[in-house]
Amino acid sequence: MDAPELDSIEMELFVQALQKRHGHDFTQYAPASLKRRVHLLVDQLECKTITGLTERMLHEPAMLPRVLEGLTVPMSDMFRDPAMFLALREQVFPLLASYPQINIWQAGCAHGQEVYSLAILLEEAGLYERTQIFATDLSDRALQRASEGIYPAQEAQQWSRNYQAAGGRRSLADYCSAGYKLLKLNQRLRRNVTFAVHNLATDGVFCEAHLILCRNVLIYFSNTLQNRALSLFRDSLVRAGFLCLGVRENIDRSPIAQAFVPFSEPQRIYRLASHLDDIAE
Amino acid sequence: MTTPAAIAIGCSAGGVDALMTLLGALDARLRQSVLVCCHRSDAMDILGDVLGRMSVLPVIEAVERQPVQAGVVHLAPSGYHLLVESDLHFALSADPRVNYSRPSIDVLFCSAAEVWRQALIGVILTGANADGAAGLQRIRELGGVAIVQSPTDAEATAMPQAALDMAGADYCLPLPDIAPLLNRLCLGSL
Ligand SMILES: C[S@@+](CC[C@H](N)C(=O)[O-])C[C@H]1O[C@@H](n2cnc3c(N)ncnc32)[C@H](O)[C@@H]1O
Repeated sequence: MDAPELDSIEMELFVQALQKRHGHDFTQYAPASLKRRVHLLVDQLECKTITGLTERMLHEPAMLPRVLEGLTVPMSDMFRDPAMFLALREQVFPLLASYPQINIWQAGCAHGQEVYSLAILLEEAGLYERTQIFATDLSDRALQRASEGIYPAQEAQQWSRNYQAAGGRRSLADYCSAGYKLLKLNQRLRRNVTFAVHNLATDGVFCEAHLILCRNVLIYFSNTLQNRALSLFRDSLVRAGFLCLGVRENIDRSPIAQAFVPFSEPQRIYRLASHLDDIAE
Repeated sequence: MTTPAAIAIGCSAGGVDALMTLLGALDARLRQSVLVCCHRSDAMDILGDVLGRMSVLPVIEAVERQPVQAGVVHLAPSGYHLLVESDLHFALSADPRVNYSRPSIDVLFCSAAEVWRQALIGVILTGANADGAAGLQRIRELGGVAIVQSPTDAEATAMPQAALDMAGADYCLPLPDIAPLLNRLCLGSL
């Protein structure tokens, strides 16, 4: 048996062990990326093989958070894909403005960069006071970081450029205090944010949302799991509610996708179709 | 030798010109899937159009969850790593940069190597960093063929040199000779 085949067996056992020992279900993740991350963990933790990693994960309780962090990679940026945030500001917010109370669910919020980005946009649009943001992620460590809102200062330049390109009206510096190495987002920005653990693979509907952002999370899922997450979004959205995915995501393979009509195709902003004739349009 | 099923190409600085030359000289009868990872700024969204005009084979941007097509050049989209699943569909990843790059050639080459093994040809062209070297090594480990542009012929030498240092190569040639070699390897005596 050659190395890649052995590798697949070890991967399967690792995923099973993670599920049986700790209850975390990665069985429906897209294999190529998951395997890559597992191998990175094997290297970082200096285990010789995936089986070596499995053993440590089973026997050393302290390993679990480390493994989860390695498997989820909470990587994000402020105002990533500025054109998408510009579209939110110019096209979606004016429609949300008609609701007396706005609920936004941000699924897979990682270290929170997008949460603060959204809060800033809402603030500038005068909508933040009546908005509630639910920011969720699988990883409680990531959520902890998200609530702190502290990031490496070296990101500031790129993020400011993104903010301007997203139609920012002020200066990003107005929203954070920057030191030599770190910058901290103004904590007033999270006054209407609730951080909570939620797993898109296993948990259910928990709110009624006018807008859901779930960017660059479903790319790690198999078609089956992508479909599950999309049905969760469908069931969580109000009539004609909005869904934003990452700019390179493709939902054509998902049967549930027909519940959504493109609102801005290039920015991957969709709207829940309320009637079948909406779909036909 | 196994008939190649796919060709994976990596490049960065100077890569657009090199790709135009290479893709322009491929044989229109090729049925191999061609996967290209070229480092570029997000602003270079027109890369597909530019290459499409010169290329003999159709050029499209790889779309996640879509099948890898025969006789088509698939470009890695900017801002994401491109991977291939064993069922021959594309996957994207927003993981951190590898070798300061996203898309990273190493990420693409490693996943393609696992999928096609001996039936994969890896090509490293001009470029200014060491991305691709580890990927090319993985391709060779799993029995694939490695082609590297001669560093002396490359606009930027660092990438082909790093690939040669780490992985070595089955062929090390100036750019104009690479497409004819690919045609020969892929079409045999056809
Ligand atoms: C690449 S980050 C995306 C961050 C941000 N949305 C962006 O686009 O910049 C992916 C996030 O999805 C989270 N995630 C992965 N699987 C998940 C699941 N099953 N349920 C909830 N969150 C998940 C990870 O923990 C990680 O923080």
